[in-house]
Amino acid sequence: MTAELLLASLHITTPELILAVGAMALLMIGVFSGERSAGTVTGLAVALLIAAGLWLIMVPSEGEAFGGAFLSDPFAKFMKVIALIGSIVAMVMTVGHARSEQIDRFEFPVLLVLATLGIMLMISANDLISLYLALELQSLALYVVAAINRDNLRSTEAGLKYFVLGALSSGMMLYGMSLVYGFTGHTGFDEIARVLSAETRSLGLVFGLVFVLAGIAFKISAVPFHMWTPDVYEGAPTPVTAFFSAAPKIAAMAMLTRIVITAFEPVMSDWQQVIVFISIASMLLGSFAAIGQRNMKRLMAYSSIGHMGYALVGLAAGTQAGVTGVILYMTVYMVMTLGTFAVIMAMRRKEDGNVENIDDLAGLSTTNPFMAVALTALMFSLAGIPPLAGFFAKYFVFAAAIEAKLYALAIIGVLSSVVGAYYYLRLIKVMWFDPATAEFTRVPGELRLVFGLACFFVCAYVFFGGMIGTAAEVAAATFF
Amino acid sequence: MEIGLSHYLTVSAILFTLGVFGIFLNRKNVIVILMSVELILLAVNINMVAFSAFLNDIVGQVFALFILTVAAAEAAIGLAILVVFYRNRGSIAVEDVNMMKG
Repeated sequence: MTAELLLASLHITTPELILAVGAMALLMIGVFSGERSAGTVTGLAVALLIAAGLWLIMVPSEGEAFGGAFLSDPFAKFMKVIALIGSIVAMVMTVGHARSEQIDRFEFPVLLVLATLGIMLMISANDLISLYLALELQSLALYVVAAINRDNLRSTEAGLKYFVLGALSSGMMLYGMSLVYGFTGHTGFDEIARVLSAETRSLGLVFGLVFVLAGIAFKISAVPFHMWTPDVYEGAPTPVTAFFSAAPKIAAMAMLTRIVITAFEPVMSDWQQVIVFISIASMLLGSFAAIGQRNMKRLMAYSSIGHMGYALVGLAAGTQAGVTGVILYMTVYMVMTLGTFAVIMAMRRKEDGNVENIDDLAGLSTTNPFMAVALTALMFSLAGIPPLAGFFAKYFVFAAAIEAKLYALAIIGVLSSVVGAYYYLRLIKVMWFDPATAEFTRVPGELRLVFGLACFFVCAYVFFGGMIGTAAEVAAATFF
Repeated sequence: MEIGLSHYLTVSAILFTLGVFGIFLNRKNVIVILMSVELILLAVNINMVAFSAFLNDIVGQVFALFILTVAAAEAAIGLAILVVFYRNRGSIAVEDVNMMKG
């Protein structure tokens, strides 16, 4: 590689380099200034993420880097900005909570920065090798983060479960990648697509494709690979769960979209069946299994399984409208889930510390009306009730599915979102109509800001949704 | 008898299956699960190297080296998490990983 090529590659990957070098610098700062530096390191980590995001938005740098292993295009840019916003918000939410739970170690923000770096590389990966390495960078950081509260049995158990199932899924995905490599002779997505459109597909390749999809389905917690989600969501400390439910999901979905739409585009009929199946299974399980849950975090886990199913409806269509729907869905879902987790973190009592059962919300409308209104708007939006953001997100994916003649998928999706509405509405009933129990302690400013903004986003989406839609269309147009 | 690509693929498929079953059927302890994960990754490496040799393409071997490196990091993190879990639970039996159900 000549010097000019290398410099061009470095220019394209600058946001990632900022995070990589910054994470190491933060680690040094943390190590040399000792245990008390958690606050400073968190602040600097947020600044790093903002710097990377600003560079992404301000500096136009598109193209391939490192021999096509890394690709920066409008799709990658859009998803990266969204994922960065998710990481920043999740990190800001951790500050107060980490202090009260005594998990305010400086390693925590450093690990989150490294996970975010993995997330950004996943979104841009255009080669099986870089995809695998990016995914592992993200996963390894997240395994540790899940077990960050190392004196707590639940947290370490969540970390252990996440590690075992995550390692299994990476192994399955790798096995698939080895078959894809063997039967096409290439690891780059563009080369794979070229070989696939020139030759008739072999059985080995289909095996490889199914294994790769199974591995990615684990990462987005789609049925039948969702088993880890409720346990990890419940066991991990709440700010960590909030992080898990936002940026990594976006990255995994972006990675799935890129791999099926570019590398496996010529064998669309094969992957479409798989995506349709996991989409239907996720939507149904997400709505039925959540009905009996009493714990808010478990409820959100099943809700995220269901929402991944809805997002996959758009991907199953495989059209430009479908990909636009996926991008919009992930954006809206991220805002809704972060807002809801801000509310869950705010559920804190003087005597019992953090509580997370649905019944603890009883009478919230009298004790804390602002929080009750915000959570109500978020729940209506998650249920997909117009004119809130969640409705438009669902509308676009279902419209794309109908355009692609996937009628059964769209009908099952609409029906399961009706079932799903039950448990979101039950939460609203508990807040507004049940007699109040003990009050929550005063809500920290940053949490109030996050759920306030999320509430504003879902309510006012009607007015500025068009802008986000146009940006998503531009991003989706990269592939078509 | 000539040893061809299909022999390598068969060995690796057997190892992969053993690894997956080792994770799901193992009722004893978590260390066995970690060993099963290693088995899966090694099965993949056999695949990679065999394909690389038969395709006359170096990329597969490069990939195998990356997998080895990541497998080492993964094992380290897995054992570390297992150690903190053991400190809290006092056991690494699979049936004791059961605080949360559902």
